[in-house]
Amino acid sequence: MEKIKITDTTLRDGSHTVRHQFKIEEIEKIAGGLDAAGIDIIEVGHGDGLAGSTCNYGFAKHTDIEMIQAAAGAVKNAMIACLLLPGIGTVSDLKQAKKSGAKVVRVATHVTEADISSEHIREAKDMGFFVVGFLMMAHRADANRIVEEAQKMASYGADVVYATDSSGAMLPNEVTEKITALKNNISIPVGFHSHNNLGLSIGNSLAAMEAGATYIDGSLGGLGAGAGNTVTEMLVAVMNRMKYAHNADLFKTMDISTKILEPIIKSHMIIGEDTLQDSMMLGYADVYSSFMLHAKRAAKRFNVDYREIILELGKKQAVGGQEDWIIEIAQKISEVKNS
Amino acid sequence: MNKVKCGLIGPGNIGQDLMIKISRNEYIELACVVNIKESEGLQRARDMGIDTSSEGVQYILDNYKGVIDIVFDATSARAHTLCAPNLKKAGMFALDLTPAAVGPYCVPSVNLSETMLSQDNVNLVTCAGQATTPIVSAINEVADVYYAETVSSLSSESAGPGTRANIDEFTETTRSALINVGGADNARAIIILNPAEPPILMSNTIYTRVRKVNIEKIAVICEKKIKEMQVYVPGCRFRMKPTLTDPNNDIVMCVVEVEGAGDYLPVYSGNLDIINAAAIRIAEMKAKKILGVIDGKN
Repeated sequence: MEKIKITDTTLRDGSHTVRHQFKIEEIEKIAGGLDAAGIDIIEVGHGDGLAGSTCNYGFAKHTDIEMIQAAAGAVKNAMIACLLLPGIGTVSDLKQAKKSGAKVVRVATHVTEADISSEHIREAKDMGFFVVGFLMMAHRADANRIVEEAQKMASYGADVVYATDSSGAMLPNEVTEKITALKNNISIPVGFHSHNNLGLSIGNSLAAMEAGATYIDGSLGGLGAGAGNTVTEMLVAVMNRMKYAHNADLFKTMDISTKILEPIIKSHMIIGEDTLQDSMMLGYADVYSSFMLHAKRAAKRFNVDYREIILELGKKQAVGGQEDWIIEIAQKISEVKNS
Repeated sequence: MNKVKCGLIGPGNIGQDLMIKISRNEYIELACVVNIKESEGLQRARDMGIDTSSEGVQYILDNYKGVIDIVFDATSARAHTLCAPNLKKAGMFALDLTPAAVGPYCVPSVNLSETMLSQDNVNLVTCAGQATTPIVSAINEVADVYYAETVSSLSSESAGPGTRANIDEFTETTRSALINVGGADNARAIIILNPAEPPILMSNTIYTRVRKVNIEKIAVICEKKIKEMQVYVPGCRFRMKPTLTDPNNDIVMCVVEVEGAGDYLPVYSGNLDIINAAAIRIAEMKAKKILGVIDGKN
């Protein structure tokens, strides 16, 4: 049976949780630990990908180059991945990432907009990257449309294509349907990235593997936007129970999570108040997971109910990258409330 | 009164919208539309009684030297780079709506000066650049912008294949205009395509980091600037007025929304509307100069 390839995104999706403030020595320790635990691909960088360090998404402590170099210098076998959202990052950012040691790029677009990734996927292939097409908010398109968009990415040269549940809004039967459609209609491997906003990420990941996905994402302790991703160590445990072939070591993965990541997270003094329900709202209203912390800050700043902001973002069908809509919506709600 | 004769290369979405806008202008008229093949846009031009050709720009150069003074190019960067020297030789003022940027960037409410009108070729930046640089320039005037960042959201419907295939060109050109026209020391431009139904209006979030945080002064000058923009793009307005993102920082945020005139594409395509409205504005000023019309009098 084909081995399942694990991509751990603690150092990229997990960056949202620490507001993109991972330190170089933290990146080195975590990447080194993941590598020793047999994780195949380690994604690193600002939560919003290359060149994500902005007013809109938050400024990172270190540059993309510094973070990629740190991770690349700490691993022996694992491949270091970066994320690129066309419209935010550019081909020139990608060249820098390659020079810094990234071997994989995940080129991410909204699920209906794959054609904006053509130049980036083609150029990445020319540079020698292993290229993953990342269709975000896969919840927003039906199976036929996802297949159509995945075929575009495959035609540009992608090596793998992902259905990405950015809002943590997908239900297991939907995952089965969409991954099955992808498996039946495209020739390259299929992957799945989850968010645990409705408490379904491990179940959804399992549904994806059962439907034929061979690339699965996780993060240590589930660190990531919203309620976080599938817990990598739990994914390994479940894969062992299911007798799926993979390269990871369960105890080592568990230990890196508790002994290395946990103290780091504690040192970042993350306040966990109401996070469960706050992230649940994202899955409920179909809102991009990284909007949560921005919306919580805006709710506080304008003294409005966080849930109302999230519902409005869902109603407006905001897509990944539109964090700029949050403050505006919070201000509007506050105006209405006080008028 | 005589109108100044114009030519149009490339009657696609942008081009067909320009055809409608030119047809109702007081100072300019469309004499010839060319394309490199027969198309729906050429047929539309013929229906409007305009001379057309599928032989490309050479047709204009061969038949309209000394007749056409202004040429709108709505093709591609590559095509414009090739034809720009010939248009110059023929004495035709080129309005470049492609990312070629052979000539300087022109954003009417910021730098449409006598010098600009004396150029033989000017570039219209991008739709996002037209919507955001005036505001950045205004804020820079009173608050000294050391960093500008824009997030432009376009409806998926209104982003054509050209934009989609060259999205880096779009963000890099917009960034460059934020610095060179807007006056920011440094800048970033982001573009997001949103497929929501019904389609969203074009919106532009503008963040500026300023050395002199005086929100009252900023609000006043932005209000003045948006009125100047409304002279040629009536559908542009603040959806969110300049506000500090946090009372304790130096980041001023505002949102400019552009509702299109609905000429060729529906009103949500404010992106298409604003770049064309800017081109028309420049053409009109150039025409007035040629006709010797002084503002306020005919």
